[in-house]
Amino acid sequence: MAEEKVRKHTTLSGYELKRVYTPEDLKDFDAAKMLGEPGHYPFTRGIREEMYRDGKLWTMGQYAGFASAEEANRRFRYIIEQGGTGFSVALDLPTQMGYDSDHPMSDGEVGKVGVAIDSLADIEALFKGIPFEKVRQIRTTANANSIIMLAFYVAFARKNNIDPNSIGFFLQNDILKEYMCRGTYIFPPAAGVKLSVDVLEYCGKHLPNWTPIAVSGYHIRDAGATASMELAFTLADMIEYFDTAVKRGVDIVAATRNSYFFLGAQLDFLEEVAKYRAARRLFARVMKERYGINDEEPQRLKIFAFTSGSALTAEQPMNNIVRVTMQTMAAAAGGIQTFHASSYDEAISLPTQEAVTVSLRTQQIVGYESGLTETVDPLGGSYAVEALTNKIEHDVLDLLDKIEKKGGAMKCIEEGFQQRMLADNAYKYQRSVDDGERIVVGVNRFTDGKPIEPAKFTVSDEVRIKQTEKLNKLKAARDNERVKRALSEVERAARADENLGDYMIEAVSAYATLGEICEVLKGVYGKYTPMRIF
Amino acid sequence: MKVLISKPGLDGHDRGAKVIARAFQDAGAEVIYTGLQTTPEEIADIVEKEKIDVVGISLLSGAHNTLVPKVIDKVKEHGINDVVYILGGIIPQQDIPGLKEKGVAGVFGPGTRLDETVDFAFEQVAAMHAGKMIEDMGDSMAAKSSNI
Repeated sequence: MAEEKVRKHTTLSGYELKRVYTPEDLKDFDAAKMLGEPGHYPFTRGIREEMYRDGKLWTMGQYAGFASAEEANRRFRYIIEQGGTGFSVALDLPTQMGYDSDHPMSDGEVGKVGVAIDSLADIEALFKGIPFEKVRQIRTTANANSIIMLAFYVAFARKNNIDPNSIGFFLQNDILKEYMCRGTYIFPPAAGVKLSVDVLEYCGKHLPNWTPIAVSGYHIRDAGATASMELAFTLADMIEYFDTAVKRGVDIVAATRNSYFFLGAQLDFLEEVAKYRAARRLFARVMKERYGINDEEPQRLKIFAFTSGSALTAEQPMNNIVRVTMQTMAAAAGGIQTFHASSYDEAISLPTQEAVTVSLRTQQIVGYESGLTETVDPLGGSYAVEALTNKIEHDVLDLLDKIEKKGGAMKCIEEGFQQRMLADNAYKYQRSVDDGERIVVGVNRFTDGKPIEPAKFTVSDEVRIKQTEKLNKLKAARDNERVKRALSEVERAARADENLGDYMIEAVSAYATLGEICEVLKGVYGKYTPMRIF
Repeated sequence: MKVLISKPGLDGHDRGAKVIARAFQDAGAEVIYTGLQTTPEEIADIVEKEKIDVVGISLLSGAHNTLVPKVIDKVKEHGINDVVYILGGIIPQQDIPGLKEKGVAGVFGPGTRLDETVDFAFEQVAAMHAGKMIEDMGDSMAAKSSNI
């Protein structure tokens, strides 16, 4: 049936692809203006002159969830022993959403998608015996709770006589996309943005080596966005944070020196390469034109890319290794700085160790064997890639303009503008797969009729019991007067709209729990009511 | 026919939930979507108030073995037994028999065609009503015969 349909020649984002691209497609193309030199404005060709040629490949990371702080600690020490220079701390959902493990909302969720952190005691267990002098980057998916995670890390470092700035903590700290698609919000958007900007300000002043934000398009893309929506919504979110910071008098160059864009790596090879190139050019222009920043360093967009989870299939899971390879090649040709490759079994369950290893090897093979890393911007100058880069840039600017006219990213999110576009596009995509118009190997074509494999990696529900015991002991042993004082200071500072950084550090140092702190803040800011748009 | 698509617990992945909600709507059903972070109690309240026929539960966080039975138990506590439960998301194969025992009629993972899920739910509701009719008929016949 599918064979009888007229073949459509569209990218994943719906761009019509031509039979052949010629100089006609780049008629008004001014290479000096649109591309420039590698390492220089507008950075279309990459942010470094040598890119990967000098042997400095992208930072290769893996995202792994482990139930308890003790288990995660063993894993981190193993990574460092194996010569790794960084790791990710995946947090479980209650931690991301401000609930302690013993809260009723946490039932069934503790330790499931990451480690459970209730108090500084869990951070101490998490980092016990880690040789921090060997660690370059520790990434955390902290968004609604980012200021509290910052406080945990600083408090831990101080207690152990380590300069917190000497460890490169990497916070996601992008709350706006949570309301749009990822869902780990706690407070209403205005309070969320305030807390994110608190982190920017605090890091700019005290922790210049940290990455205070990774503005994220990844989740937007996986929620159904096209490439241009992914970039436009990400840039609009960034503008919301930066404008807020500038209004507050924050030096955004200092505050965002190590900031990143966190983008998806999808399957459509040429489109993805074009997307990364367009992202750099757009970012550089916004920094220059909107914020008047003329130094090149802050105009350089650092990209952290992650292979798109929605591209993985539960059917014939080994095929995912090939998909991830193509995504990795697109990211390498697109000139990214940090990369995570998914494991082939992720559509079935949390990844097994074997699958995680294959995903790391995939990156190494692309990095060391494909030859893609020997030439800077290897696809630059291709009529098709330049035409797609221009097209994406054009559509992003259009959409950005629309968002700006409606009052900015936060306003649009409050009205459900982005959410509606994402839901529409996700539905359209699923229909095109169901109709056989878009082929997914092993799902709607070339199927083998085999049942889906059982999951090999599951987490037991015992972690919640253990965490609850730990919490009870902690609350009996700590100085509860100090906790009370620290929490009331947090409340006072929140009401006075001060930067909460130092107050949070005192609260967590006193072993106030994450849930207790969030309860106090909910009293000040209220709780976000989820939207019901579909 | 009234369908409730629900996201119990803290899971934030709702692309699938929204897509299936839209598919039910396109197929002519009246659809309510709970949004994220719903408690089993809140879901049961909606089922009762809105006279829901199908409860779709979407979970990708691994909390299904805890949350699905809780939702079903809460709805039963409200005295409601004529509801079809369908489940979607990342549900390991080994967990499916246990969930079906708890009352889930069908589990639909990634890669399922939208129409397959929708048709299944419609058929289940039809079968449930037919079963109920036969039961009612049986009851009334039994009542009649006892009158004789």
